Amino acid sequence: MNLSSDPMIFLWTLGKILIVAVPLIIAVAMYVWWERKVIGWMHVRMGPNKIGPFGLLQAFADVTKLLIKEIIIPTNANRLLYFTAPLLAVIPALAVWAVVPFNGGGLVIADVNAGVLYLLAMTSLGVYGIILAGWASNSRYALLGSMRSAAQMISYEICMGMALVCVLVLAGSLNFTAIVEAQAGSKGLFDWFWLPLLPMFFVYYISGVAETNRLPFDVAEGESEIVAGFHVEYSGSAFALFFLAEYANMILLSFLAPILFLGGWLSPFQGWHLGFLSEPSWIWLFLKFFIFATSLIWLRATFPRYRYDQIMRLGWKVFIPISIVWIFVAGIFRYFNVVTPGH
Amino acid sequence: MKKIIAYLKSLLLLELAAGLWLTLKYLFKPKYTMRFPMETIPRSVRFRGLHALRRYPNGEERCIACKLCEAVCPALAITIDSAPRASDGQRRTTRYDIDLFKCIYCGFCEESCPVDSIVLTDVLEYHMERRGENIITKPQLLAMGDRFEKSIAANRAQDAAYR
Repeated sequence: MNLSSDPMIFLWTLGKILIVAVPLIIAVAMYVWWERKVIGWMHVRMGPNKIGPFGLLQAFADVTKLLIKEIIIPTNANRLLYFTAPLLAVIPALAVWAVVPFNGGGLVIADVNAGVLYLLAMTSLGVYGIILAGWASNSRYALLGSMRSAAQMISYEICMGMALVCVLVLAGSLNFTAIVEAQAGSKGLFDWFWLPLLPMFFVYYISGVAETNRLPFDVAEGESEIVAGFHVEYSGSAFALFFLAEYANMILLSFLAPILFLGGWLSPFQGWHLGFLSEPSWIWLFLKFFIFATSLIWLRATFPRYRYDQIMRLGWKVFIPISIVWIFVAGIFRYFNVVTPGH
Repeated sequence: MKKIIAYLKSLLLLELAAGLWLTLKYLFKPKYTMRFPMETIPRSVRFRGLHALRRYPNGEERCIACKLCEAVCPALAITIDSAPRASDGQRRTTRYDIDLFKCIYCGFCEESCPVDSIVLTDVLEYHMERRGENIITKPQLLAMGDRFEKSIAANRAQDAAYR
């Protein structure tokens, strides 16, 4: 399509992107506030409460501070790669949202039929941002952090991909909307994929936490041994981009877990004839998203960091065997029609 | 058999669930945070904070320059000069300096004072911005006394029975 020949389509597409991207960035800010608040409460503190009502504007104050600050470039850094790295981290994190549906009836920017594939491709690209950041900053800490993070993300991407394969086997589609619709039924929340794929649900969630480099898998940052890992040399808005990418990925994980395993926008009481409670709605999706997003914070407030060899052992020796076995189990479920999608 | 049970336990993430349950309980506990400028910890009437020189109700300063406080001060923080006052020839201090860096806030000066002139108030929030501001002079001490006379008198009255 020639963009210049049809400005309306161009503007419409741009508008759709902004409708998702701007609330996403605001959601990141609010998520940071919520994280600090919940962690504060779990530490028996109050969390930010000075800026704005309940400290709600705290995240915006932080962003303003980061944008005003100087970007310091290490002397021997490779300038081109040094500035490409944060972009490589943040662009895929925002681009993924093109295929994430928010409600039934095609409320999605691009309702492509290979959405899961696009998602896998985009989340894999995020690793390059981290590797480049570590390499281009010409610092030992950054390099170590990026090596750790790259090894960890690649290992956990395998189990994550296998968990997705199980979902695909049951749903019979690569399209997110179709995956959610395959979980519709008359048995309420027992029609969702979390029940036949229970181990994979946990594997997916834990791999997702490792994938986003969050605690207890945040050896990439490892403040106690390698300062701040791959972004130790970044400051100001360049650091803000890494921050944005990390939190956008967390929000993405919290959206995808309900879509893939917990019926997306379907009601947990579907088919039970409870009036509006049984109706599918975007509210259900956002409710589930909120629970998952809060659980990520909860994990962070609870667990100490894993040792690096433990992380690798968990990924390769526990999760991957379980996923391989469960792909066959899912296949058997599908073959003998134990789970029938979208009846 | 033991090994199998241990394996199953670790597979079910029981210990992690116990940890999560603990932090969940803490989430709803009342918070310890004290929002400092708005609220403060209750202070004892015997609290020994910043110094002050008191006056009698008629406005006459209490200090008679006996120099007992200077003599008793274990940190040598007090320096006093005295001379007859020009107006009526009474013995008064011309200089009463306390070095806040030397002072150990033991309260001996207050206990030694025969006229209850030098006292330690319950003020603990103060700071210095420039070198030399750690030495507080007689006018500053008298001003402190004027400013906090009410609370000083109230604290002394409350504690008088136990002295």
